[in-house]
Amino acid sequence: MSAGDSCHNLSAVSEPATGQDSEGRSLRHYVALVGPPNAGKTTLFNRLTGLRQKVANFPGVTVEYHVGKARSSGGREVFLIDLPGIYSLQPRSEDEEVTRDVLTGAKADLGTPDAVILILDATNLHRHLLLAAPILSLGLPTLVVLNMADDLEARGGSVDAAALAAQLGSPVALISAATGLGVQKVEQFLDGSSARPHAAAKRVELPILQDLPGCRRWAGQIGKQSDYRAPDPPLWTRRLDGLFLHPVAGPLGFLAVVIAVFQAIFSGAKPLMDGVENWITVSGEALAPLIANDLLRGFLIEGIWSGVGSVIIFLPQILLLFLFIGILEDSGYLARAALIADRTMAFVGLQGKAFIPLLSAYACAVPAIMATRTIENKRDRLATILIAPFMTCSARLPVYLLIIAAFIPDRPLLGPLLGTQTAAMLGLYVLGFLAAVGTAQLLRSTVLRRQQSVFVLELPPYRMPSLRSLGLRLFDRAIVFLKRAGTVILTVSACLWILAHLPYKDGKPPQLEHSYAGQIGHIVEPAIRPLGFDWKIGVGLVTSLAAREVIIGTLGTIYGIENADKDSVSLQEALKKDLSPAGAAALLVFFAFAMQCFSTIAVVRRETGGWFWPFVQFFYMSAFAYISAWGTYILLDH
Amino acid sequence: MQLTFNKQTDLPETTVPDARRSLVDLRCGQTAVLESLDVADDLSRRLMELGFFPGGDVVAAGCAPGGDPRVYRVDGSEIALRTETARQLKVRAGSIRGDVPSKSNSGLP
Ligand SMILES: Nc1nc2c(ncn2[C@@H]2O[C@H](COP(=O)(O)OP(=O)(O)O)[C@@H](O)[C@H]2O)c(=O)[nH]1
Repeated sequence: MSAGDSCHNLSAVSEPATGQDSEGRSLRHYVALVGPPNAGKTTLFNRLTGLRQKVANFPGVTVEYHVGKARSSGGREVFLIDLPGIYSLQPRSEDEEVTRDVLTGAKADLGTPDAVILILDATNLHRHLLLAAPILSLGLPTLVVLNMADDLEARGGSVDAAALAAQLGSPVALISAATGLGVQKVEQFLDGSSARPHAAAKRVELPILQDLPGCRRWAGQIGKQSDYRAPDPPLWTRRLDGLFLHPVAGPLGFLAVVIAVFQAIFSGAKPLMDGVENWITVSGEALAPLIANDLLRGFLIEGIWSGVGSVIIFLPQILLLFLFIGILEDSGYLARAALIADRTMAFVGLQGKAFIPLLSAYACAVPAIMATRTIENKRDRLATILIAPFMTCSARLPVYLLIIAAFIPDRPLLGPLLGTQTAAMLGLYVLGFLAAVGTAQLLRSTVLRRQQSVFVLELPPYRMPSLRSLGLRLFDRAIVFLKRAGTVILTVSACLWILAHLPYKDGKPPQLEHSYAGQIGHIVEPAIRPLGFDWKIGVGLVTSLAAREVIIGTLGTIYGIENADKDSVSLQEALKKDLSPAGAAALLVFFAFAMQCFSTIAVVRRETGGWFWPFVQFFYMSAFAYISAWGTYILLDH
Repeated sequence: MQLTFNKQTDLPETTVPDARRSLVDLRCGQTAVLESLDVADDLSRRLMELGFFPGGDVVAAGCAPGGDPRVYRVDGSEIALRTETARQLKVRAGSIRGDVPSKSNSGLP
C-alpha cells in the first residue's frame, strides 16, 4: 500500500489517453494547468473537474500532481493536470524542476502537454506576468487566465483582456474561478486544445528570461498597453493583519482560534457522533436476526460490525477538524500563522515555512511530509519530515477521544468555553508539539547541524474560502477515511475475529484468553505490563502498528466477542474495567509519541530516498513512546 | 493610513549613514527606493520574482509580533523577510519618505 494510494485516491479516473508518436514514444493527451501560488489554481481545477479527479505521482520523483477529467464546452473529455504552484521555471525547488520537465516534455511517460492554461492573479498582474514570459516562450498553445476578476472589479481595477491577448499573442480569459464567471471561456479553449497541430501562435517579442528586471519592465509595458489599472489595496487584509499580527492580540487570537476548534470538535460533533453510533448499534441489532447461522452472525456482527463501526463513529469529528484546517488554509490565515511562528521555529533551528507542513500534520502526516517540498533547504526539509509524525494527526483523535471520554469526567474549567476534556485534549496536542520541538533541537545539535536558513514568505490577501473547494476537501477526506475503515480496519477486524475463535477445542471455539489472538496478547503482555496495559490492550497495540485508529476497531471486536451475551456494553464501559486511570494516561502518552502508521513510513522512505531515515525515525519514536508511557504510569500509579 | 503622499520627509534622527541604509531602517509606513540586493544569486532571483527590483519602491508594512520577521509591500504583494535578510537589501540614499502612522496624517489637508 503506497502512501499516495492510502490517503488520496478519489473516484476512478483513468490515466490520460495514450497514443504513440512517430518514434514510438508513448504520448499522452492532456492540458497542463500552471500558475504562481495563490493565483486560484486549485479553485479553477476543482471547478473544471469537480469530483472527477485524483492525486497521482510522477514516477521517480516525489512531486505529486492532481489529474482530473474536465468537460469542454463541446462536451469532449479532456485530461487536466494540475502542476505545483511556481514563481518561475528556473529549477530551484523540486516543484519548479518538475513543472519545467513536464512542460518541456522531458518526462518521457507523459510527453509534452497539448496545451497550457496559465492562471494569473488579475489583482497582481504585473508581478504574475513575470511567469508569462517563460511559459509563453515554450511555444505551446496557451490560454492566459486572469483570475479574481470579481476582486479586481470590487477594488476598482480593470484590464482590457483583448488588448492583453494581442500583446501576448495568446488568448486571454478574464474569469473568476470562485464565482464561476467566465469559466466557459476556459471550457471553450479546452474544446480546441487536443486537436494537433495547432495554428502557430502569432510571433510576439518576449524578453530575455535571464534578465528579470528586463522581464519586469516588459510586464509593465504589456500592462500599460492593455490599460491595466491596478486595484486599490485590499483594505480588509490590512485591517485583519492589524489584528492578527498585533503584538498582543495576534498570538492571543491564534490561541483562541485553536481552543475554539477543539471545543467545537468535542461538543459540536457530539450529537452527530451519537447519531452515527446509534445508527450502527440499531442496524447491527436489526441485522442480527436475519442471519441464521450462529457463527456467521458472530463474525459479521461482533467481529466486523463492531470493529468497523467503532471507527466510523469518529467520522464527524475528523471532518470537522479538516473543515477548520481547510478554512485556515484557504483564507490565507495560515501564512500569518507561519509568520508568527517563525521566531519560535528559528529557536529550534527550523523556519516559519516549516510551520505549514507541521500544522497540516495535525490532519495527517502523509500530505504534511509531501508539503515539506516547499522548503528549499534540504536539511530543514529533512528535519521537518522527521518531526512531522509527532504532531497529533487525525488518526490519533479517535483514540484520544475514546480514552478521554471514558476516564476524564467533563467539567467546566473556564466557563463554557473550556472543559476538562477539551483541556486534556489540548494538553495532548501540546505534548506532541513539544516532542517535535525537542526532537528538532536534538537533530540540530547532532546530525543536522547547519547555518541559519532564509525565510521568504508571501502573505496573500485574505480571501473567502470557496464552499466548493472546502466541500471537495471534506468529501476527499471522508472517502479516504471510509476506505480505510472498509479495507485496513475491516481486514484487521475479520482476521482478529477468526484468530479469536481458533483453535477449536471439542468442537467449540476457545475462551478468548486461550485463542490465538489471546496468545498473541499474552506474548506481548510482559513487555507492556510495566506500562499498566493488559493483554487485550496488547492485541490492540500489535494491530495498531498498521494504523493508530485500528486499536479502536480491535478493542471493539474483542469486547464485542467478550460481551456478546450481554446487552450492548459500550466500548468506554468495557475499557474502564480493564484499564486503571494511570494505565489510561500511559496509553495516551504512548499514542502521542509512537509512530504507528505504515503510510507514514512509506512516504518518509519515498521522500528521503531510502530506508535509513524511516528506520531511525521508527525506533526513535517507539523508544520515546515506551519510556514516556512507562514514566507516566510509574508517576501516576499509587 | 494614506501612503500616496509624495512628501519628501527627511529623517535626521537616524544615525545610520545614508549610503548604508537598508530596509531595516524603514519605519512602519515609510517608503524607499530599493538600490541593491546584496545577497546570494539564488536568493536575489527569488526576491526579484516576488517583486524586489532595484529601482522599485518598497513600503515597510509591519512585522510579526516580536518584531521579526518584517513585512514589506512591493509590487502589489506583501512579503515577509527576516531582519537579517532585510538588512542586506540596501535602499537608495535619501529615498526614504512617507509618514510613520503613529503621528499619522494629522494636520495635513
Ligand atoms: N475573490 C476570489 N477569490 C478566489 C478566486 N479564485 C480563488 N479564490 C480564493 O483564493 C484563495 C486561493 O485559491 P487557491 O485555489 O487555493 O490558490 P492556489 O494556491 O493557486 O491553488 C482561496 O481562498 C480561493 O477561495 C476568485 O476568482 N475570486
